[in-house]
Amino acid sequence: MASLNVIEFEKSIAELDENLSKLRRIVMDQKHPQNTADLPDQLANLEQHRTAIIRAWFSNLTAWDQVLLARHEKRPYTLDYIGHMFTGFQELHGDRLYGDDGAIVAGFAKLDDMPIAIVGHQKGRDIKQRQHRNFGYARPEGYRKAGRIMKLAAKFGVPIVTLIDTPGAAADVSADERGISEAIARNMFDMATLPTPIVSVVIGEGGSGGALGIAVADRVLMLEHSVYSVIAPEGCAAILWRDPEKKADAAKALNLTATRAKELGVVDGVIAEPLGGAHRDWEAAAGSLKEALIENLAQLKDLTGDELVERRYQRFRAIGQFTEIEPIHLNGHASGDAA
Amino acid sequence: MASNGWFGRRSQFTQARASHGAAAIPDGVATKCVKCGEIIFTSDFEKNLKVCTHCGFHHKLSADERIRYTVDEDSFAPLHENLRSVDPLRFPDYQSKLDKGIAATGMHDGIRVGVASVHGVSVVLAVADFSFMAASMGSVAGEKIVRALEEGAARRAPVVIFTASGGARMQEGLLSLMQMAKTSAAAARLAAANIPYVVVMTDATMAGVLASYASLGDITLAEPGALIGFAGARVSAQASTQKAPEGYQTAEWQLLHGQIDQIVARKDLPDTLGSLLQMLGFSPEPTLDDLASEALTEADEEIAAIG
Repeated sequence: MASLNVIEFEKSIAELDENLSKLRRIVMDQKHPQNTADLPDQLANLEQHRTAIIRAWFSNLTAWDQVLLARHEKRPYTLDYIGHMFTGFQELHGDRLYGDDGAIVAGFAKLDDMPIAIVGHQKGRDIKQRQHRNFGYARPEGYRKAGRIMKLAAKFGVPIVTLIDTPGAAADVSADERGISEAIARNMFDMATLPTPIVSVVIGEGGSGGALGIAVADRVLMLEHSVYSVIAPEGCAAILWRDPEKKADAAKALNLTATRAKELGVVDGVIAEPLGGAHRDWEAAAGSLKEALIENLAQLKDLTGDELVERRYQRFRAIGQFTEIEPIHLNGHASGDAA
Repeated sequence: MASNGWFGRRSQFTQARASHGAAAIPDGVATKCVKCGEIIFTSDFEKNLKVCTHCGFHHKLSADERIRYTVDEDSFAPLHENLRSVDPLRFPDYQSKLDKGIAATGMHDGIRVGVASVHGVSVVLAVADFSFMAASMGSVAGEKIVRALEEGAARRAPVVIFTASGGARMQEGLLSLMQMAKTSAAAARLAAANIPYVVVMTDATMAGVLASYASLGDITLAEPGALIGFAGARVSAQASTQKAPEGYQTAEWQLLHGQIDQIVARKDLPDTLGSLLQMLGFSPEPTLDDLASEALTEADEEIAAIG
């Protein structure tokens, strides 16, 4: 069993669940020939056992398991969270320059009674949707739409929530043609000085620059089973070891889990997911996320725009690890090992 | 226009990387152009600022060569030379790659920062050295770029950055990724202080560096033929339904798509930078001779007034 990855494990749990629900039907059916007196107890035992197995598995996930979970196709996406947490969502489209990107959604909605600007990556579930959402690979138009809506929010003092879930920004020829690099860079540049609270949450895949392009925030949080990485493990393995199949090793080396991101000081908090992952219980996952948003926005609400911008700058300014030692003498490289 | 010469540029880039440092023929008398393959006398090659005398290809420069070719003689004073990378994730083989980079360049990391003057205009300068782990951006590179941008704001001096990089440095994981945000935020601060920021993109400026501080200049120049793009050739080809167009991800192609202001030959860069900075209101600092003659004039005027 130890050789199963989390998706294979999920399959066996699904089979178990099917059998459990058959048993439950038998227990409910008084006339069923197999409905013996001790069956309810047996069922209860099995259900407890199931929970224990899941708990054991999820307490011992590899980095690669976390990647698979973060990409799980039943995991709630941005619009699912918006549906569960917000009311009155008004989606706003287009970058006013070229087009409308389906891989980023943006608009305004209410979190309880509080108006919020929401920006998030969006993946699709069926083939048609996936094409429309470009598999979550956001294009220049998406970042520029996001920037437009965030600046609009700042203009009227509306707090911003961004939800991160992308394998990476679009990397095709047309993305380059329309300045994908500039679009990402400009958003980070603009977000650094927006005088309104910004909370970003990685809900699934935090894929590199494509993620960070809407994640320069006062608070950056991660869902428990999301990942955040400088490069996809497959890409890292291909470059370093010329072997994309070493993706699990790369995932481990990249330290891309929520726990490690918190330890590195890159994220401020990790939001617990329902046992077995957000995809098992959207309602509960959205409930935890909503609670975290309300808590963090409350902590930011009394800060002035200048204070927010200054703290946000210092927050990112402080990230990085290095030492300061004597300079190398340029006429001889020998002191390079002096540390 | 020699733009035909840049098509097929990518294979040349790969070739240059594969032969890593093999451009110089052993005895150092002759150098082979990594682009056209022509054998050139090294003395001519260096006199020509490492631009091929045959095909005009702009070869990569070390940070020190770049500084020597760009700023007023002896005007460069380095800053923050003592920053050195650590291995925060204990990433496989990272330490040995750092050691190799140090041995190859005599630098602690791929960025040199300092103050200098260009045509008499005081600037804060940052220069990338591609031969240090492809000048990838980890904590040190990000910190040095931020310090350069902050130094510009503090001194009210324009910041000029010569970019080159393979992107964010994988070996520092998320810490590298966050340098994109950190450097972009510092560029935003410099902009808020109304200090000019000039980017000169050199071969190759890619990925996480292109998608952060390299794309945020008030003015963006590029050297001819420089490879400039978001994703590497293989990733881009996988993601694209269309075939890569001719000259894709060259400076010339980026100019055509509105991403850069001007392509400037290496020999013209000091003049262009000096001219642009002066037009933005940054005058040359008076030289010692200027100050002396000014003092003499004042003294003469005073004497005349007394007389």
